[in-house]
Amino acid sequence: MMSMNPRAEWKKAFDESRVRTERFQTMSGIPLEPVYGPEDGEHPGQFPYTRGPYASMYRSKLWTMRMFAGFGTAIDTNQRFKDIIRAGGDGLSTAFDMPTLLGLDSDDPMSLGEVGRCGVAIDTLADMRDLFADIDLGDITTSMTINSPAAVVLAMFVAQAESAGVPRARLGGTLQNDILKEYQAQKEFVFPPRQSMRLVRDTMAFTATEMPRWHSISISGYHIREAGSTAAEELAFTLGNGFAYVELARQAGLPVDAFAPRLSFFFNAHIDFFEEIAKYRAARRIWARWMRDRYGATSERSMQLRFHTQTAGVSLTAQQPEVNIVRTAIEALAGVLGGTQSLHTNSMDEALALPTEKAARIALRTQQVIAYETNAAHVADPLGGSYFVEELTDEMERRAEEIFSRIDEMGQGSMLEGCITGIEENWFQGRIADSAYELERAFNAGERIVVGVNKFLEGNDDDDLEILRITNEDEKKQRERLARVKQDRDDGAVADALDRLAKEAIEPEVNLMPALIDASRAYATVGEMMNTMAGVFGRHVEVPTI
Amino acid sequence: MTATRVLVAKVGLDGHDRGVKVVARLLRDAGFEVIYTGLFQTPDTVAAAAVDEDVDVIGLSMLSGAHMTLAPLVVEALRARGCDVPVVVGGIVPPQDVSDLEAAGIAAVLGPGASADEVVETIATAARGERPHREATPHR
Repeated sequence: MMSMNPRAEWKKAFDESRVRTERFQTMSGIPLEPVYGPEDGEHPGQFPYTRGPYASMYRSKLWTMRMFAGFGTAIDTNQRFKDIIRAGGDGLSTAFDMPTLLGLDSDDPMSLGEVGRCGVAIDTLADMRDLFADIDLGDITTSMTINSPAAVVLAMFVAQAESAGVPRARLGGTLQNDILKEYQAQKEFVFPPRQSMRLVRDTMAFTATEMPRWHSISISGYHIREAGSTAAEELAFTLGNGFAYVELARQAGLPVDAFAPRLSFFFNAHIDFFEEIAKYRAARRIWARWMRDRYGATSERSMQLRFHTQTAGVSLTAQQPEVNIVRTAIEALAGVLGGTQSLHTNSMDEALALPTEKAARIALRTQQVIAYETNAAHVADPLGGSYFVEELTDEMERRAEEIFSRIDEMGQGSMLEGCITGIEENWFQGRIADSAYELERAFNAGERIVVGVNKFLEGNDDDDLEILRITNEDEKKQRERLARVKQDRDDGAVADALDRLAKEAIEPEVNLMPALIDASRAYATVGEMMNTMAGVFGRHVEVPTI
Repeated sequence: MTATRVLVAKVGLDGHDRGVKVVARLLRDAGFEVIYTGLFQTPDTVAAAAVDEDVDVIGLSMLSGAHMTLAPLVVEALRARGCDVPVVVGGIVPPQDVSDLEAAGIAAVLGPGASADEVVETIATAARGERPHREATPHR
């Protein structure tokens, strides 16, 4: 076959894409091409995908406005989900409370004061049922931010969907399930790294065969950045973790093109506008090259990095919180110009508490302004070809490659081993803490200005913003509810299911998903399933370092 | 003069440790002797560590919203041990909660955006057994 020039190839792919019916032009009527650049240059949808994973990008489909929500009981969060759907949000994203994230039940003594506070409390299948009541799980995609107990929560989700008549094969969504960054940054871990990775493997293998529409892992830089890393560290640690999961699945015998298309990424959108855009462009390019050259991927889908973006929580200030709307808008625009597939915008009050409904609505409106008023989504990779952005993209890639070399060295030729060793030796954690301290030093030295915090303080004494109050009532309600579920369930069935789980956990080659789904159906609690596995796997303890 | 000894602690399930580590380094650089408990401590383990280490002040880092429940329990656990070490809370604490925390025996609250100087001054003042002269919280 005669090879066409990149423009002609792109044109062919673009013409084969479904395109939204809209007039793609400027406000003053100047018609806009789907992309600009030299005919023989890289186009969107072309390896190494610097300019975007798809030929048509937002001309086919705008990014998914996926707002993260969850608080109180499942019934409360179900209401918020319905509000989001009514307000035009088109994907759900579930925040779980701290006890759930750590695999503890609401009645565990360690859960005191934390139930339903940072997210929704889920103990049993009964809570999962309330969480998604009157929401068609076959119709909407659902993202679940959960890591250590990811396999347990996925099992409960499958059990709930199937009891509502939606087969698992129809379920679309994403499980965060990125345990490596938990040890590195977010610190919500339960089992030791290697045992956790077995569960990651089980979910990857299970979803690869049974849930074709499901994203098994969302490889997350967001938390790494929030914990204080630089942009290049966020990029490199995240992709490094991604390579580790690829090696893990390959070791389990999964062909790379069978699971890699279901991997997705999650990046931060911080306030340094151009650096963020360069980071997203570099991420796509690096992933494509590594997947093809190091891991032998042949399917395009395996090489195309797709990602979710969330604006930077750490960039928000408690002082003059309304200004956070502006910060968030700039960050969100960086995500869009960088070609994100979905986006969460933070609310202005989140330096103080979980968002009020009004603050969350303004945050969603911010995305809608970008999507529908600015015309910023008409042209793919609008900053491609900028001398500045191209150079910054190259520099991001160079810095990331330096870090990959270090990880590879720690793992003696294995990124998987390098990531685990780096965690065990506190290498990632130390680098993140160093970068965080450097930013703080620059702030205290006045080298880094934060409006309303170390400069432009007039207005800091204005009236207090109304914030969301979560009372201990929710904790009490949730404990009572759990007690009722425990009373009504068949204890013999629970004991049998947990017994099977323990037996299978001992066998490293057995996939634990079927046992977890059966235990969920018997109304075993998250805590019971996690404790059963901890009995076999042990628990991880981090050595405290400053 | 011996250095002021400060215990910085994470209590409860909150794994966000950026703040506690930055504050620990700030205090260390300002000449304090800093002891960090690590994650997932209970009010009891924090109180026990404070007594064992004979510290002058405790800094609790709390970002999960559980401060209203857990911070007073730390004070109670200390007092139950006959220990009157002052406790400073820092993190995501809405201004509306500050007076209740102070009523529960918390010496001072450092909200989001506190500068290094404010952190050091507040901890030092609390360690001397004084109430900070002004509201240390750089909230609005």
